[in-house]
Amino acid sequence: MRRLRWWFLAPSRTVMLLLFLAPLAIILAYSFESRGAYGGISLPWNIESYLRFGDPLYLAILWRSVWIAAVSTLGCLLLGFPLALYISRAGTRKNLFLSLVILPFWTSFLIRTYAWMFLLRDTGLVNTLLEKFGLIHNPLPLLYNDGAVVLGLVYSYLPFMVLPIYAALERLDVSLLEAAADLGARPWAALRHVTIPLCAPGIWAGAILVFIPCLGAYLTPDLLGGGKSVMVGNLIQNQFTTSRDWPFGSAISLALMAIVMLMLWASAKRSGENLL
Amino acid sequence: MRHKSAVSEPGAILELREVTKQFPTHRAVNRISLRVARGEFFSLLGPSGCGKTTTLRLVAGFEDPTSGEILLNGASIRHLKPYQRNVSTVFQNYALFPHLTVRENVEFGLRRRGENECARRVAEVLELVELAGKEARRPSEISGGERQRVALARSLVLAPDVLLLDEPLAALDPNLRKQVRAELKQIQRSVGITFLFVTHDQEEALAMSDRLAVMHAGELEQAGTPEDVYLRPRTRFVASFLGALNWIGEVGVRPEATRIARSEMEAGERARRATVTRSTFLGNCFHIEAQLENGQTVVAEVSRLAGPFATEESVLVWWRDEDELRFP
Repeated sequence: MRRLRWWFLAPSRTVMLLLFLAPLAIILAYSFESRGAYGGISLPWNIESYLRFGDPLYLAILWRSVWIAAVSTLGCLLLGFPLALYISRAGTRKNLFLSLVILPFWTSFLIRTYAWMFLLRDTGLVNTLLEKFGLIHNPLPLLYNDGAVVLGLVYSYLPFMVLPIYAALERLDVSLLEAAADLGARPWAALRHVTIPLCAPGIWAGAILVFIPCLGAYLTPDLLGGGKSVMVGNLIQNQFTTSRDWPFGSAISLALMAIVMLMLWASAKRSGENLL
Repeated sequence: MRHKSAVSEPGAILELREVTKQFPTHRAVNRISLRVARGEFFSLLGPSGCGKTTTLRLVAGFEDPTSGEILLNGASIRHLKPYQRNVSTVFQNYALFPHLTVRENVEFGLRRRGENECARRVAEVLELVELAGKEARRPSEISGGERQRVALARSLVLAPDVLLLDEPLAALDPNLRKQVRAELKQIQRSVGITFLFVTHDQEEALAMSDRLAVMHAGELEQAGTPEDVYLRPRTRFVASFLGALNWIGEVGVRPEATRIARSEMEAGERARRATVTRSTFLGNCFHIEAQLENGQTVVAEVSRLAGPFATEESVLVWWRDEDELRFP
């Protein structure tokens, strides 16, 4: 039995070892080396890259990433919770609505993000229509700003918020809501005192699933934020490309990972469950 | 007479008038009328699927009647939401809030009414259901019987006009059930709140109710006191649902009213020849199965003192005129 289990786990263990832990070890090693003259790395070993975090420029980028990820997560929650609630009460049309929620996944993430650019740019659909109806005379600055980045992130990660909350709502015993109403709770009170507390694990799961990829987002800020809205993801990319500073890029990657793990740990501790 | 008592009780706290509930696939409740008197322990009794739980849910407001009227204290509550009706439900699975403690569960309704000074009332009701000392526990940390009492306390603390109980004893193990039955009845007497109690257990209904109504296939077959309904059932269904029944020709006789004699001297006028097919000693009585000459089998509960009967023994099965149950 033990032997069988070993063989069953062998493929995933191999994949994790070769494609996750080994690269991670390489990144860790890189982060303590010096930058090579033409990219790459060279000796000697040092902790220079980590010391550069103190630079207000990078701290600002990090802070901005956390902020944008937090706002996007909140946006997903504000849109996703009512949506999940609606779907969970949609009776026979539940499955239809759920497939609509995941429908965007059928198209490439890149294409969907480009589509937003076509909608939001100065000569895009939104501005063209607004001008046509005479509501504006100069195009609104819809693209290449933080708002566009948040919009793109909320749009992209909304399903990751909706699905866990929906699952939690589905597990919610209907008789508890009946009991709440029976005891005099109006719909809002029942939502606040029964539905939301009992769906908290689903809400947390959704928030984590949205916050983490938003924090490390790179494509969305690159395309919708233009050059102006740099997030940590873009900073890392820059280090490995134009800046040719692999050690610093590696160090930022690890720092980002540390932040994420710290947050997961805190949230697991908070919910008192073994979330991970 | 029984019917009359069911519709003209003075001081009815709850009244259903021709209430019907039609679901897409079936009619769960069909033109039910009943009146429950203030302070009464009233049971809705019937097999599963007879519409008794739907009737309770109509009163609670979880379902809207297709037609008919529901009156609480003489005023229609048909268009009121569950949170606007002064009735409260003890659910079959108790539906306690798992994220709240015993105290918070009991306080829930009071807080929704905006009453913040509820500590004394919560303490009183927890005392009543003997849960003092368990206030800080969560539902997952107490026994099934305790959960049932939390559910009861949570509703009682609101002093509802009518307390609705949906098979509250069904989830308890049989030993506990009889004990809780007595406690529940005791609590009902001491608080004086009207109970509308749904059950499929005829013994439970007979033992606890001031009056009961027997439901079958969405219809109310008969309402009355336990004695009334048991001794003078108006339909075959009521007769056979409330206890065992022997069919001897066209009349029904309860096993405890079915007697066995060895000679015609002992037997009354209404007697049939029979052969004992099985005799089981149950301690306080004998359980005798006998086959009539027409092939029908009857069951008689005979006093231990009437002595044992041997299998294959030829006997007379007899009964008294007044123990005959006849149906149209």
